[in-house]
Amino acid sequence: MTSPLQQKLKITGPSVVTANRTWDGVVVYRTAARGWSVELTDAAIVRNSDDAKALLAEAVADDVGAIGPYIAPVQVDEAGKILPGNLREQIRRDGVTIGLPV
Amino acid sequence: MYAYDEIDRTLVNERVSEFRDQVKRRLSGELTEDEFKMLRLQNGVYLQLHAYMFRVAIPYGTLASNQLRALAHVARKYDRGYGHFTTRQNIQFNWIKLSDLPDALADLAEVGIHAMQTSGNNMRNVTSDQWAGVAPGEIEDPRIWSELIRQHTTLHPEFSFLPRKFKIAITASDHDRAAIKVHDIGLRLIKNEKGETGFEVLVGGGLGRTPFIGKTIKHFVHGRDLLSYIEAILRVYNQYGRRDNIYKARIKILVHELGIEKFSREVEDEWQHIRNSSLQIDDEVIEDIRSRFIYPAYEKLPHMPDELRQAAADPDFEAWRKNSVAAHKNPGYSIVTISLKPIGAPPGDATAEQMDALADLADKYSFGEIRVGHEQNLALPHVAKRDLPALWKALDKLGLATPNVNLITDIIACPGLDYCSLANARSIPIAQELTRRFANHELANLIGRLHINISGCINACGHHHVGHIGILGVEKNGEEVYQITIGGRADEGAALGNLIGPGVKFDEVADVVEDIVEAYLALRERPEELFIDTVKRLGVEPFKERVYATR
Repeated sequence: MTSPLQQKLKITGPSVVTANRTWDGVVVYRTAARGWSVELTDAAIVRNSDDAKALLAEAVADDVGAIGPYIAPVQVDEAGKILPGNLREQIRRDGVTIGLPV
Repeated sequence: MYAYDEIDRTLVNERVSEFRDQVKRRLSGELTEDEFKMLRLQNGVYLQLHAYMFRVAIPYGTLASNQLRALAHVARKYDRGYGHFTTRQNIQFNWIKLSDLPDALADLAEVGIHAMQTSGNNMRNVTSDQWAGVAPGEIEDPRIWSELIRQHTTLHPEFSFLPRKFKIAITASDHDRAAIKVHDIGLRLIKNEKGETGFEVLVGGGLGRTPFIGKTIKHFVHGRDLLSYIEAILRVYNQYGRRDNIYKARIKILVHELGIEKFSREVEDEWQHIRNSSLQIDDEVIEDIRSRFIYPAYEKLPHMPDELRQAAADPDFEAWRKNSVAAHKNPGYSIVTISLKPIGAPPGDATAEQMDALADLADKYSFGEIRVGHEQNLALPHVAKRDLPALWKALDKLGLATPNVNLITDIIACPGLDYCSLANARSIPIAQELTRRFANHELANLIGRLHINISGCINACGHHHVGHIGILGVEKNGEEVYQITIGGRADEGAALGNLIGPGVKFDEVADVVEDIVEAYLALRERPEELFIDTVKRLGVEPFKERVYATR
C-alpha cells in the first residue's frame, strides 16, 4: 500500500485530517494544537496541498494517538462552522444513518 | 456439536495471551500500526468507519447455546448490545475498543470460540450447509470434513501468507445451501461406485470486482486424499498467484488466466508429489473427528403430533410453519429457520437479549444447538414437531418469527457505508425500505422465492452478483448510485446476474425493484414459475423495458 504521505494530494477546497483513535477506534480530527479532537469543529483547516501535506505528515507521525490519517473534504459555512464534505464523512461524524437495534 | 479437545483449547488460549501482549505493545507504542495491522487482522480485528470491528468465526455455522450466550455477553459488555451475522458464518461486532479486545477474546475462549481465520490473507473459516447433519437426503455430515480442513489449515504457515484470502465451502446435499460455486474451493461431497466418500472439487469461484463461477477441477477426489489435493491447489496458487496486484491476487484470476486445463495439470503434478505423504488421511483420523461430533438422542416421535394438528387452526402459526419449518431427516423433528430479517430492520442483526433468549430456546427445544446460515439467518436444527407451536410463540415474542425466509424481504445485505470503510454507498437503508415496500406477507408469498442481495461496493460482501435481484451501490459524482442486476443465483445452478441498465439514485431503488417485481408477476407463465425462472426464460429485456420506460 502506498503511504498517505506518498499519495498525490489534490485539494479542491477546505479540508481536514481525520483518523481513528488508536485505543478505541473513535473518529478524530487533527487540531491546530497538534492534537486530536472528536469534534469536527475543532479541526485544523487546510486549503492547499502544501499545508495538507504538512498537517498529514504531523498526523502520521502520531501513530500511537490515531491510525489511518487521511485528508477529508469539508465545507465551511458563512458562520465559520465546519461541516462534512461528503456523505462518508457525514456518517463518520454523525454515526450510522439507521436506527441501531438497541 | 463438535467437542474441542485439549489441543484445541490450548491453541485458543495461547492465541489470546499472544494477542493480549500484542495489543499491549501496540498501545504503548512499541509496535507501530504498520507492524500491528497484520497481527490484528489475524485475530479478526478490522478498522471500520466509526470503530474497530471484531469478526468472530462460527466454523461451519454450528453454535452451542453456551457459545451463543458468550457472543451475547461480548455484545453487551464490550459493544453496543448487538451483533451482525455475516454471509460467511461469522458474527461481527461493530463498536469494540482495541483495549477491550483481549478480554473479549478471553471470554470467548472459555467456550471455545475464537477469531482465527476470519481475516487476513490466509485460509478463512470453512463454511458449510447450515442444515448439515439433519437435512433429509444428505449423503453424510459435511462438517466432519470441514473440521478436518479447519484443523489442518488453522495457523498452518504455508497457508498464513497467501497472495489473498482463501475461502472453502462444503455441501453434501443436492441443494447447495453453502454457495460452493462462488468460493475459491467448493467441495461437493459424493460417493463413488464403491460407496466410498469423496468430493467433486470446484476451484476459482468468487465474487468481488471480477466475479467467476467455480469450475470443476476434479470429479472425484477420495476422502483420504482431500487434504493433499487441497494442499496441491494451494501450492500452485501460492507459487503463481499475483502478489503484485491486489485486484488480481485471488485464485479465480489465476484459474481464469491459466485456463482450467493448465491449472488442473499444475495441480495434478503437484499432487503426485504429496498425495502419498503424511497428508493422506487414515480412517482413524476421520473417525476421531466424527466421534467428537455429538448428535442428539432423538426420540421416536409422531410425524403429526396433536399439538401440531391443533395449532394448524391458527393462520399466523401456519404461515410461519409453512415458511420457516423444513423437513428433518428424523420424521418426528423439524429444522426451524429463524429469520433475522424483521420488516424495517438491518438484515442479520441480533440483540444480546435475542441471542440469550435464543440460547435458552435452543436448550429447551433443540438440544442446545443453533446454526448460522450464509443468508444471515439462524436455525434450530433439532426441534420436535410437538414443540413447534410453543417455539413459535416464544420466537414471536422476541421478534424472531417473521415468516419471510427465502421471500423478497429475506434480503442479504452487507453493512455498507453506514459501517464499512471500503463501501461507497449504503446498503442497509435500501434493504430496510425494500422490506417496508413488501411487508405484506400475502404479497411476498404471491411473489414467491426471490432473493435480493445488496452490496455497498464492488467488493460484493452482499453477494449482489448472485442475487435473483442484485443491487450494487457505487459512488458517482459524490452521490450514491445503484446498479441493478437480475438473474443471479448462488445455489447448485449458480449464475451471475445481468445488468438491466444505467444506475439509479438511492431514492429510486425501491421503485425500480417494485417495477421489476410487477413485470415478473405479469410475465410469469404460472404462479409456480419462480422469478429466477422467468428471467431465465425471457432474459433481461422485458424487465429493462419496464424499468426504464418512464425513467
